[in-house]
Amino acid sequence: MKILVGVKRVIDYNVKVRVKADQSNVDLTNVKMAMNPFCEIAVEEAVRLKEAGVASEVIVMSVGTAQSQEQLRNALALGADRAVLVESEGEVEPLNVAKAFAAVVEKEQPVLVVLGKQSIDSDNNQMGQMLAALTKRPQGTFASKLVVEDGKALVTREIDGGLRTVALTLPAIVTTDLRLNEPRYAKLPDIMKAKRKPLDTLSLADLGVAPKAHYRLDKVEAPSIRSAGIKVASVDELICKLKDEAKVI
Amino acid sequence: MTTLLIAEHKSSTLSSATLCALTAAQAIGNDVHVLVAGNNVESVADAAASLSGVTKVMCANADVYEYALAEPMGDLIVYLSASYSHIIAPSNSESKDFMPRVAALLDVGQVSDICAVLSADQFKRPIYAGNAIATVTALAAKKVITVRASSFDKNAQQNDQKCPVETVDFVAESVLSSWQSDDITESERPDLSSASRIVSGGRGVGSGENFALVEALADKLGAAVGASRAAVDAGFVSNDLQVGQTGKIVAPDLYMAFGISGAIQHLAGMKDSKVIVAVNKDEDAPIFQVADYGLVGDLFAVLPEMTSKL
Ligand SMILES: Cc1cc2nc3c(=O)[nH]c(=O)nc-3n(C[C@H](O)[C@H](O)[C@H](O)COP(=O)(O)OP(=O)(O)OC[C@H]3O[C@@H](n4cnc5c(N)ncnc54)[C@H](O)[C@@H]3O)c2cc1C
Ligand SMILES: Nc1ncnc2c1ncn2[C@@H]1O[C@H](COP(=O)(O)O)[C@@H](O)[C@H]1O
Repeated sequence: MKILVGVKRVIDYNVKVRVKADQSNVDLTNVKMAMNPFCEIAVEEAVRLKEAGVASEVIVMSVGTAQSQEQLRNALALGADRAVLVESEGEVEPLNVAKAFAAVVEKEQPVLVVLGKQSIDSDNNQMGQMLAALTKRPQGTFASKLVVEDGKALVTREIDGGLRTVALTLPAIVTTDLRLNEPRYAKLPDIMKAKRKPLDTLSLADLGVAPKAHYRLDKVEAPSIRSAGIKVASVDELICKLKDEAKVI
Repeated sequence: MTTLLIAEHKSSTLSSATLCALTAAQAIGNDVHVLVAGNNVESVADAAASLSGVTKVMCANADVYEYALAEPMGDLIVYLSASYSHIIAPSNSESKDFMPRVAALLDVGQVSDICAVLSADQFKRPIYAGNAIATVTALAAKKVITVRASSFDKNAQQNDQKCPVETVDFVAESVLSSWQSDDITESERPDLSSASRIVSGGRGVGSGENFALVEALADKLGAAVGASRAAVDAGFVSNDLQVGQTGKIVAPDLYMAFGISGAIQHLAGMKDSKVIVAVNKDEDAPIFQVADYGLVGDLFAVLPEMTSKL
């Protein structure tokens, strides 16, 4: 059983972005980049399924610039077997990414596709659901637990009111939430080994995907900043302020 | 042009997020039709029919919609989509699940989590955990949109006369996925997403037992309880209480953060609150940069004192 995992190169989650002066976009020059944290969780889950003997091969895939190789190599060091880079410039819309993944799903026939629930840059939360629709596979989004058995995936999902478990007939698409697992760190020997693992580079055209623009980015602004508040010295003062000044209690 | 608004409802009641999404739908400027899908949802459809600005309600009442599974919900909305220019839903764990499916089946993109409507095709939405606000124009003829409810006021106006309620007879199939079980957190407290006051605790609270201190203050204030990711990960409270970039986005009148450092991912979920109070023993904690009232102190002293003095 093969597992396909999505790996997106994004800004490191610790970095606070700045908007460019011309408001054309955020400024990513010299900013630390990393694997999207939800994708790290996806890679970890796939590797664990392989270690448990459930999966036989873990393929990681990224749609992005040549630099995304860094994140793919990182995923290989974490235990993935081979990587596919679909090279493209600029931001690729989730539906176009989903079409690229659908083409690879068609070719590789993975029984499970594991993706993050959300890219922390675009905050879209779309790709897995779109891929499920395109490939006509069932979806289990925002997973905090995944059990694969008897041709089914039992996915416990984080929902607004708590947790919900759904059963998906395999093949299926799963997207990860934060509490699915705690990703490991790559060990030095594995980082060395990862350099020799196969990494194929393709283009969207190779996969037969003609990207369509469904939206245009007109402007990117900094959010309004809250004016600095005050420090109070005691609980009494706090209660007083909340009652008389802010009038919220 | 007509907009289809997908209603969110819980225990036979329309959610307040639906009323916020209705405001967004009206800003788009079209006629608004509302879809109410679920099992035993006639009363919800009836309530939707009296909302001001809604000209038709469609009620899809069938077992298969009970848990709003993405596959049947997606098929249902696509089935209804032909006559709509905009399909819009409040962002929640259900719509986040089925709306991108709808978009892909219609071969259009989705604009997630809009926080402002500039015109029928131009919207603002937060990106990078709310550290930037993008203005985007949706180019496709059909626009699939989810709405950040906390950015819009509720449209709670009622019409004297109800609009017609139509029954949708299309029953989607769900062959590949099925509901197994729910583990829903029962609480007497107000719902976190729509509460006007929230008391939140972070890693600093230390344990699940200690959260009783947070809950006691919340109960005194009639507030909902929230938490940081660290508090949820550590098992102090359940996942549905997480506030932040990847949890719930809230904007109450009063947000009180106890033992929360103020990571950007947490701020992303609460920095639009009207009044923010932070209590932290570290005077350099970043949460103080967004707090209207900051108190440097030990939450184990502040919480009981505050609860007793209110
Ligand atoms: C992909 C991703 C998504 C994330 N999404 C979210 C999200 O949605 N929501 C979220 O909250 N986080 C999220 N995070 C996590 C976030 O980065 C922080 O790790 C988290 O918010 C920290 O929680 P905290 O403030 O409770 O803990 P800490 O950062 O450990 O802070 C604890 C604070 O408590 C204070 N404290 C300790 N003891 C006391 C005491 N006795 N009295 C008073 N103060 C005390 C300390 O001074 C400290 O400031 C996400 C992270 C990633 C990578
Ligand atoms: N360009 C990409 N390359 C690889 N995986 C991606 C890409 N974009 C999105 N994904 C996957 O889809 C998930 C959800 O992304 P999004 O819909 O952009 O929020 C991510 O966590 C990734 O696992």
